[in-house]
Amino acid sequence: MISAATSLRRQLANAVALSATAIAAVLVVLPLVTIFGYLVYKGIGAINWDLLTKIPQPVGEAGGGLANGIWGSGLILLVASAIGIPLGIGSGVFLAEYGRTGYGNIVRFTADVLNGVPSIVIGTTVYALVVVTQKHFSLLAGGIALGIMMVPTVTRSTEEMLRMVPQSVREAALGLGIPYWRTTVSVVLRSAASGIITGIMLAFARVAGETAPLLFTAFGNQFWNFKLNQPTAALPLQIFNYAISPFDEWHRQAWAGALVLIVLIVGTVSVVRLFANRGLRKGHA
Amino acid sequence: MEAVPKIKFKPRPAAARPKESLRIEPRSVSVLLPPARRFADPAFRALVLLCAISLLAVVALIILELVWHSQMSIHSFGFRFFIDSAWDPVGGNFGALPFIYGTLVSSFLALVIAVPLAVGVALFTTEVCPRGLRGTLSFMVELLAAIPSVIYGLWGIFVLAPLLRNYVEPWLARTLGWTGLFEGAPYGIGMLAAGVILAIMIIPIVASITREVVMAVPHQQREAVLALGATRWEVMRTGVLRNARAGIAGGIILGLGRALGETMAVTMVIGNTPQIAHSLFAPGSTLASVIANEFTEATGDLYLSALVEIGLALFIITLIVNVLARLLVWSVTRGVPERAIA
Repeated sequence: MISAATSLRRQLANAVALSATAIAAVLVVLPLVTIFGYLVYKGIGAINWDLLTKIPQPVGEAGGGLANGIWGSGLILLVASAIGIPLGIGSGVFLAEYGRTGYGNIVRFTADVLNGVPSIVIGTTVYALVVVTQKHFSLLAGGIALGIMMVPTVTRSTEEMLRMVPQSVREAALGLGIPYWRTTVSVVLRSAASGIITGIMLAFARVAGETAPLLFTAFGNQFWNFKLNQPTAALPLQIFNYAISPFDEWHRQAWAGALVLIVLIVGTVSVVRLFANRGLRKGHA
Repeated sequence: MEAVPKIKFKPRPAAARPKESLRIEPRSVSVLLPPARRFADPAFRALVLLCAISLLAVVALIILELVWHSQMSIHSFGFRFFIDSAWDPVGGNFGALPFIYGTLVSSFLALVIAVPLAVGVALFTTEVCPRGLRGTLSFMVELLAAIPSVIYGLWGIFVLAPLLRNYVEPWLARTLGWTGLFEGAPYGIGMLAAGVILAIMIIPIVASITREVVMAVPHQQREAVLALGATRWEVMRTGVLRNARAGIAGGIILGLGRALGETMAVTMVIGNTPQIAHSLFAPGSTLASVIANEFTEATGDLYLSALVEIGLALFIITLIVNVLARLLVWSVTRGVPERAIA
């Protein structure tokens, strides 16, 4: 027989535990709100046309902007995508279509390992392999470092998406006499396209804000650079350098740059999420 | 000649059909094709295989490069490197202990703060909160994961550090100063700030994995406990958490892996001093932050080699931690259909 006192104690424990989870939720959301709040509050005032179109002024002079960093980031990400997306999709296709063997598991495990390698370690490796060989910090090295970081995410999401394509779709295509490779490219990959694009966008958003692997690869630059073999400014690098500098004007620009960066990234993630949700609802209804 | 695969055309109910029964080996199909097209399939296979091999090659290169460039330091210092607390670039004497200490303490601190909050928010989203709020809340937690490290650092320098310096650290010193963990001048910047920033950064990882494994717990478990007259908390505790604990442990270790290797945010708030201080207010340094700070300024081969050896140590530690985490998460979510997890 359960006494009334025990019951009351259990009720109380229940109430306490449930409110504790609610408090945890509030405490987790709080930093998110304050981070976004500060980004908007500090950043919005410093965003102007100059910030988006001009390169940095010499120390101590007001004005100037982060245009070279924004462009530099764009170029680095372009190189990274050119490396990371094909490699990732290729490996994903291998895993989904040919990878049901021990070799497949080795590749899968390696992708997970690569995903867990700290970004700073990837930076040092690319430094040794590319920068030392080229004798230059360069846009190319930065792109390679970020490209490597994109590969595992793209690989695993491509594999997952291809796995969700029903076997009967492959059979139907093969039954029409279409070669296996053509079936994979034109039928299987195409029907999984929206999911794969989602994976690519998430990988892109993840590396877009990466700073550590660029420290000793792209290195940063106070001026414009469009050459593959020269040091290049990148938005996250500029935010870092400005944030740890002692100048108020640079702090202001760091906040503005951070706001630009977060808008780009959160924009990407939100679009992806909208996309993915709709796809899921359609696919699994 | 290769065996032609058996293809059964007997219709069977979809549910009973084994997934792999109708697999057609591409090589055997191409035998039937005209010669010009016969090589297309093997070529395609070779192409995707090449992509997969390059993935292996990248990891192999990372390992080779780390081992190769750290040779000089390994030969000069041997195992002493990991137990020596001297970091003296001028005198050419290098020991990684302060960084190992900093990495372990900041990550441990992050776990202490993050785990209860992450598990709490995961339980709140899956078991407690109204359905309508569920999507919004998990989206907000995901957003935390999307914020770049450097922005956490920026926020850490200008918002978190002053907050710690002016309010939290004086209060901690007054109430818990006797523990010895909270003494000295409250700089704001230091080990505590690094721990808090890391905690915020790993919460989304721990929370999303916890959510996954909690949702993978079969509904019958909850219903059975509920039928015995349990309160909602008792359902969560005995029906859900107990079944999901291996997976949650996996999520925690995965978060630890992220915390150990996190660079920018930590570099910006930890103070970058190679010292072992018992107070959490004191500045410190981690394996990742010392590489970020000193790699481009390293003069001399031995200095660079010592930094690469720190990278190697970091790689090995995160590798072990991540493998452990994956195994734990797999052990729980394995066998659960994709959809239940997503």
